[in-house]
Amino acid sequence: MAGTAGGPRPEDWPEAVFAQRPRFVEGVRAYGLIAMMWLRSTMAYRASFAMTAFGNFAATAFDFVAITLMFSHVDRLGGYTLPEIALLYGVSGTAFGLADLLLGSMDRLGRRVRDGTLDTLLVRPVPVLAQVAADRFALRRLGRVLQGVLVLGYALVVLDIAWTPLKVAMVPLMLLSGAAIFGALFVAGAAFQFIAQDAAQVQNAFTYGGNTLLQYPPSIFAKDLVRGVTFVVPLAFANWLPALYVLGREYPLDLPDWVAFLSPVVAVLFWLPAGLAWRSGLRAYRSTGS
Amino acid sequence: MRLYAVVAAGQFRRYATYRTATAAGVFTNTVFGFILAYTYVALWDERPQLGGYDMSQALSYVWLGQALLMTCSMMGGGFEDELIERIRTGDVAVDLYRPADLQLWWLAGDLGRAAFHLLGRGIVPMLVGSLAFELALPSSAGIWLAFLVSVALGVVVSFAIRYLVALSAFWLLDGAGMAQMAWLAGMFFSGMLLPLTLFPGVLGEVARVLPWSSLLQVPVDVFLGKYPGWELLRAYAFQAGWALALLLVGRMVQSVATRRVVVQGG
Repeated sequence: MAGTAGGPRPEDWPEAVFAQRPRFVEGVRAYGLIAMMWLRSTMAYRASFAMTAFGNFAATAFDFVAITLMFSHVDRLGGYTLPEIALLYGVSGTAFGLADLLLGSMDRLGRRVRDGTLDTLLVRPVPVLAQVAADRFALRRLGRVLQGVLVLGYALVVLDIAWTPLKVAMVPLMLLSGAAIFGALFVAGAAFQFIAQDAAQVQNAFTYGGNTLLQYPPSIFAKDLVRGVTFVVPLAFANWLPALYVLGREYPLDLPDWVAFLSPVVAVLFWLPAGLAWRSGLRAYRSTGS
Repeated sequence: MRLYAVVAAGQFRRYATYRTATAAGVFTNTVFGFILAYTYVALWDERPQLGGYDMSQALSYVWLGQALLMTCSMMGGGFEDELIERIRTGDVAVDLYRPADLQLWWLAGDLGRAAFHLLGRGIVPMLVGSLAFELALPSSAGIWLAFLVSVALGVVVSFAIRYLVALSAFWLLDGAGMAQMAWLAGMFFSGMLLPLTLFPGVLGEVARVLPWSSLLQVPVDVFLGKYPGWELLRAYAFQAGWALALLLVGRMVQSVATRRVVVQGG
């Protein structure tokens, strides 16, 4: 197959490979091929890759450095200890990192709409979403995931949690649902860029901003803000609610215990409006003609 | 002199054309301003007077950070990418033929960019912040003026650092790694993460004398009236000293680098 041996170039893609499979499988497959191509091109400059991967790691690690610096002055922040906040941070950081690794390139969509290069993607027999998502696939973003995993590991070692089977199951569950929720946010953000081509920063406010928000306990934020990220943009399901279940702490807004288990459901449900927004954005797209 | 004024005005206008991008940036700065402000409230609730700031001063710190983020290019994102690209492709040889000084040319442009970002990306987050939280705003026009001078000096220091980063492309060709390292240092040592007065022990002392503190920490302290009377001159001298030193180093590196270009034939 073209994907494994000779290096997949677009002109090598046999149309038949994509034509007879379900669209989703087709998309994932295309994503893999394009991502591999970018991976090989990045690996041509290994030193540069190592530097930027380290940079990604260090840049995100600074957030946690800031938190530890805060804890050099206080024992608790909003009623939470450092290991507890580390758990919130680690879950959010890892989940966001995974979504960023897989879909982080989507904030470039606005630029593609502006300069007309999106047209090239439309004529290929491959789902556009997969192409945009895999465009300039950057393995260096693993640095962010690694950093999240390290902080999460630290939290899990240090925290004294009364583990139950449900709590154990909750850990992988919240990482995956969290990644899916952030992923939907990336897709919704990209859909928004069909309308506002210059507004990649708005998307960043929700993705990176959401990640930063979730790194801190809900107790320090205004009630309305917490309501907003629970019921409007369901970020609270990415880490706050499931992580607070693991920690055995009270939920914000007096929510009942079982909502923590809704995370996968919320993640799936959040993909519906995001996917619809993407479709309608793509349908409404008119090329600049350049 | 007129030439450089035109260059600065040109860059101002260039950035002013990206209206949607500016609005989107203002939105992002405001969102992050809120998130950080809440964390600072939680921190100062526990420890009032932490780092020598009271709550309203700490909140002013947050919003000034968002307002100055682009102006002082704490996270990079100014002329340097462009200059690195020109060095990589050899286009810089054309710039060297121009009857203008390379360093002053880019400095003028960067000042124009900073002026636009101060107005375009600075005012609105500051206004929103002052409506949502109780900020410590200077009551006298003199302090506002002193603050603007300090910001201007901060921009020059920021430029001088990024100019050196860009010049490194003469040797490294790929300037991305250096740009990222400089970006990280700027983020950490400017006080953007946390006021430098909260950094513990030696780390704090070192951070406060490094050039990056001119980008945010010093202007904010001027804004908060931490430099009364003649003290202000000390703050200015610190910033101007770093600006001059770094500009001079940039000039020396530039002359070495350009000789290299001539030898290589562009």
